[in-house]
Order: sequence, then structure tokens, then C-alpha cells
Amino acid sequence: MANNELYRVCPRTGLQYHKPAELLMKANAVAAVVILLIGGVLALLVTLTRWPAVHLLPADGFYQALTAHGLDMLIFWIIFFEIAILYFTSSTILRCRLATPRIAWLGFALMIIGVATVNIAILGGDSSVMMTSYVPMPANPKFYLGLILFAVGALLGCFIFLGTLVIAKAERTYEGSIPLVTFGALTACIIAIFTIASGAIILIPTFLWSIGYVSHIDPLMYRVIWWAMGHSSQQINVAAHVSVWYAIAAIVFGAKPMSERVSRGAFLLYILFLQLASAHHILVDPGISSEWKIFNTSYAMYLAVLASMIHGLTVPGSIEVAQRGKGFNKGLFEWIRKAPWGNPVFSGMFMSLIGFGFIGGISGVVMGTEQINIIIHNTIYVPGHFHATVVLGTTLAFMALTYFLIPTLFKRELIWKGLVKWQPYLFGFGMAVFTLTMMGAGTMGVERRHWDMAFTGSALGYQYPGSAYLMMGLVGISGMVAIVGGALYILITVGSILFGKRVEVTGYSTAQTQLKMPVASAIEGHGNIGVAGFSAPGTLIFAFMFLAIFVVYYFINWKYLASVWPMG
Amino acid sequence: MSAIEPPAQRIWWNQPIDRVEGTWIAIALIWCLILFAMMPYWHVYGKQNLSNEAYRTTPEAYAAKAEAMIAKYKVRTHEQSGMPVVHPPAGSDVYLIARFYQWYPLLEFEQGKSYRVHLSSMDYQHGFSLQPLNINMQVIPGYETVVTLTPDSSGEFTIVCNEYCGIGHHTMLGKIFVVKSGADHGK
Repeated sequence: MANNELYRVCPRTGLQYHKPAELLMKANAVAAVVILLIGGVLALLVTLTRWPAVHLLPADGFYQALTAHGLDMLIFWIIFFEIAILYFTSSTILRCRLATPRIAWLGFALMIIGVATVNIAILGGDSSVMMTSYVPMPANPKFYLGLILFAVGALLGCFIFLGTLVIAKAERTYEGSIPLVTFGALTACIIAIFTIASGAIILIPTFLWSIGYVSHIDPLMYRVIWWAMGHSSQQINVAAHVSVWYAIAAIVFGAKPMSERVSRGAFLLYILFLQLASAHHILVDPGISSEWKIFNTSYAMYLAVLASMIHGLTVPGSIEVAQRGKGFNKGLFEWIRKAPWGNPVFSGMFMSLIGFGFIGGISGVVMGTEQINIIIHNTIYVPGHFHATVVLGTTLAFMALTYFLIPTLFKRELIWKGLVKWQPYLFGFGMAVFTLTMMGAGTMGVERRHWDMAFTGSALGYQYPGSAYLMMGLVGISGMVAIVGGALYILITVGSILFGKRVEVTGYSTAQTQLKMPVASAIEGHGNIGVAGFSAPGTLIFAFMFLAIFVVYYFINWKYLASVWPMG
Repeated sequence: MSAIEPPAQRIWWNQPIDRVEGTWIAIALIWCLILFAMMPYWHVYGKQNLSNEAYRTTPEAYAAKAEAMIAKYKVRTHEQSGMPVVHPPAGSDVYLIARFYQWYPLLEFEQGKSYRVHLSSMDYQHGFSLQPLNINMQVIPGYETVVTLTPDSSGEFTIVCNEYCGIGHHTMLGKIFVVKSGADHGK
């Protein structure tokens, strides 16, 4: 090759960037943030319509905005960011060249074309079918085609990640096993391939149906297979943001996994026990037996839930061990009191962890219980749940990671450092109240994907209790707080990339350094820290608090179910 | 050995499990088993379960059965909406049609009696959401679900559509009137 000067080492972090990978990461991250902006404007419109006192949009505009909001946020923003993460965790962390950058650009182009096609279809007004596009409600063929193009592009990104792992192994750019964060990204990648395959199985025939080549798509089959994409794609997010938690714990605290095999084993459980997650969405559907529903939501042991409960312990546990090692070893909670709460990389990550676990995790398991689903299915409780997992969990984790990436990847200092400190709190608290009040409203029967809870124009009419209106008002207000937090993120990110002070960096050279195994230390334990033989007692107490809330809330829902009409 | 570096040991899978982790995994696994056990337990001892009774049907065949039932059990016309109200005998098969943008017909049940309620859609997917109880079921064209409902409270209950079905989705309501057993139902 004519020019081999392709590598630079970031002087602050020691990370090594491969130039083509660096450009691709930047492109994918920028595309993600632009889409987040579009999705955020749509979020504003949707929230202001569901806020009963405002009720902004007309019905058609509302369903249009809601369809676009769902796809832009839940699929496009997150997957663009995840592609950047896949390239970062392979090429950058493993100090390796990226496999076939040209094909990566092809994937990027397909994804961009896909996003544009879908949004144009929705803008046309004949594709307001919601993200789920349940048949037989038809969308414009462009709608399905755009999704297929996007998925093919994302699939190319997955294969480039895998190819880069192969190159790293073959060229010995690292010693020993791949780091935990890369292992987590590999988990996300494997789930992504399954997800995209499921999407292809259902969206390609649906596209053919929309142009008249297939006469009938069975609506129940559609739901089963579509959700194998729709739900699994959220498991990509879980694996990705858990990896980001581990990465941030490592970056901010130098934290090491409490034990590699537990953390890696938990990732493996995701791969093995998540795959028929679509079962959660068809718990009150006809024609599917209870045995099938119960088995496929739990595999008799809920091992995927166990995996998340493990990560929820080991991430803060590893931070506690690292903090205690640094001398914050007093009592149970000095390690967390003395954590860098003013550092948005940490505060964002920690709020993501708490919000995902306490709000998203508990509500998800509760409503994924076969019978309890009867009192929750399709109410606004459901978006309450997934805004806790995907917005409070995934999006906030990605926001936190962005504040780390801007200096090292984009080589710019953050602007408005005082304001940046507040962004994760504003977004996190806004979103936490938003999700909790949505769940509250759902418990009172307020429906999701519903333009008017006053049922204007109906021949019959129904009046929700005043408390349901109060809840929806709070949804509106807290939604505005979260949107201000989200807008602040976009302003800070775009402002820093465009106007931030340039970070002094070394130039590109041919030198490529190997990722060394760290010097082995204290393999038999964590040294002389902790309380009563427990290295992370504070975390264990948090975990027990979590479990207590989980148990109480779970049985409250059974009690609530027991109060409705007997049915069978 | 931070999470962005390789494990410090090549043979990392022999590393002992931390005591905090071991304790938590054991407790969490027990909880996960309880989570699972509750579902079959409720099928045996709980009173709120979905039946597994469902059939493939067509909109035409289903509508014919519903019309026959309405002809047989219609007791009055609902003034406000002009829709028929049926009062089927306890234990009978009740056919409820979901279509743009109606739950047809209106139903009148007696408190404490059981009814085999059939649900199907004539067009797109719809969602049966009985308020203020908050009982929710998916209604799919081409499929007929049967669920036995036993109203144990009386009054007026509203069926809200909670699967987005089009521009008039928010107007799609139905009613179940539950009267005291043996009460005059306006025949």
C-alpha cells in the first residue's frame, strides 16, 4: 500500500485508532445524533399530543409522528450508535485494522438510504402503521423496503465487526482473550444477526404483499416473527449498553470485572435464553397455548433475567472494589458517596444502570408474566416500561459514552462543561418520572397509541378517572424535562464537535502496538478490602433492596389481577 | 485487567467466583424459579387465566354467527348509539365483532353468571380493553378467541380499542352492562 500511516494513539486514553475505522465511527455516531434530533422533535409532538391539556396534533398527524418517532428512535438512532460501538470495541480496543472499510461504507450508505426511504414513506401519509406495521394494515411498499435496506446495511456492519475480530486474532494484535467489553459487543452482534434474520423472514414477504406478489400474510404469524425481530433488537441494546457500563467502569475507575467468568457467563446466558423473546408480545393472543407462552417467556428458569440481575450487581460491584482499592473503604457506602458525580460519563452511566434495573427491568418481568399481561397488554404501561429500558437504559448509557468519545475520537474538548454535568440528571430524572407516570396511567387503563383519551366523537363515550388525567399531565411535564435534557445533549455534542477546543494529538504513523495482557495481580481475591469477607458489601445491599422492591411489586400485581373478573 | 483489557490470566475461567457474586447468583436464581412457578401455579389455583380455545375463521362466517345471536337475544336498541343490546342466557356463546370503529353488539350480562365470549375482527387487528377493570386481549382477523368471563361486579363497563386500527381508533368503544341477577333488563 502507498500510505500505511494509518494509526494514531490517543495521548489521554492510550487507545489506538485505525484511520478508516475512526472515520466510520464518526460517520455512524454523527448519523445517530442527527436521527436522535429528528426523533426528539417527534417526541416533543407526540408528548404534547398525549398531554391532555395540550392535545397538540390532529389524529392523522399524531399517528404519523408516532410511527416515525418509534422507528427513528428505537431502531435507527440506536443501531447507528451501536455500529459505531461495534467498530470501537473491535478495531479500537483490540488495536486492530478494521476489516474491509469499503464494505463498511456500503453498509453505512444502505442504512442512510433505508432511514430516508422509511421517513419519506411516513411523511407521505400512507404509512402511519406504527413501528410494528401489523398486517393486514398496509403501508406504502417504500416503508418495508426502507427497513429491509437498513437491515442489510446493519448486517454488513455486524460482519465487519466479526471480520475485524478474525483479523485481530490472526495478526495477534492482542494477547490472551478478548476484553470483556468486546465480548459483550460480540454478544450484541450475535443477537443482532438473529434479529435481522427474523426481520428478513417477515419483512420481505410483507414487502412482496404490499406490491401484490403475495396474496396473504397471516396476522398471527406476522406477530410471532415480527417480534422475534422487534424484541430481540432490544436485546441487542441490552447487551450493548451493559458493555458500555463495563467500559465506563473501566475508563472512569479502572475497574476490573469482579470475576471474568461470571460476567462473561452472564453474556452467554443472553445469547442462549433470549431468542424467543417474541413470546412476551403475544401473551394475550389467540391460538397460542399457555404452555408455549409460559415456556418461551421463561425457559422455566428466567435465565436471561438472571443474567441482567448478575450484570446489575457486577458492574457496580466492580466499581465498589476499585473505589475501595483506592482507599474509599470506610463503612458500606463511602465508595459511592465519593464517586465522581460531577463527571457526566459516570453519572449518566450510573443513572442508566439504576433506571434500567429498577424501573425497566422490574416492570418488564412483571408484564412479561403470562397472566399479569392481561392487565397490562397494550396500555400505556408498555411504552412506560420500554422507555425505561431503551431510553433511560440504552440512550442514557450512549449519551454518557459520547462525553468520553468526543475528546478521544473527535479530538475536541467538550463545550459548556458546567452544563454538561447537569445533562444526565436532567434527562435521567425527567425520563424516570416520565416512565413511572406512564406506568401509573397504564395501570388505570389509559391505552398506548391512542390519540384521544376523552374519546371525542364516539357514539358511546367513556370517562377515565381524574387520577388518569393527572398521570397523563405528569407524563407531559416530565416528558418536557427529558426533552430539554435530550436537546442539551444534542447541543453539547454538535457544539463540541464543531466549536470545541481542539485536543492536542499525535499524528498518524505506521506503528501499531499490541494490546498486552495486564500484569497478573491478586488473582485469588480482591485484597484486604470490604466488610466481613465481602469485597463489595455496599453493592450487595443495593442488590437486596432491588430484590425487595421486585418481590413486593410482583406480588402487588398478582393481587391486582386477582381483583378483576374471573376468566378462563 | 480492566474490562477493556484482556483478562490477566489466559485461563480466566478458573478464576474463583467472588463471594458477593456467588451469594447474589444463588438468591437471584431462586427468585427466577419462583417467577416461573407462579405462572403454572396460577393456572391451577388462580381465577384469571386466558383459555387456549381459539379457531380459525373468516369475517363472513364469524359475522353470520354474530348476527344469528343478535337476532336471538336482542332485548333493546341502545338509544344513544342505535346499536342492538343483547342479553344472552348464562353459559351461552356470545359473539362480539370488532370492526372499524365499533364493538358490535352491546352486551348485557348478569352478575355472577358465566358467558363464553367470542372475539374476532372483521378487518385489521384490534385490542379488547375492558375498562375500568383493565382486562386486555388481542383481537386478530381470521382468528376467533373464546374466553369465559364471569362478571362479579355490576354496572356499566366500556370496551376500548387498544390496538391502533386507523384514524377513528379513538372512537372505537363498546359496552358490557352487568345487571343484578334476575333483574328486569328492559325487555
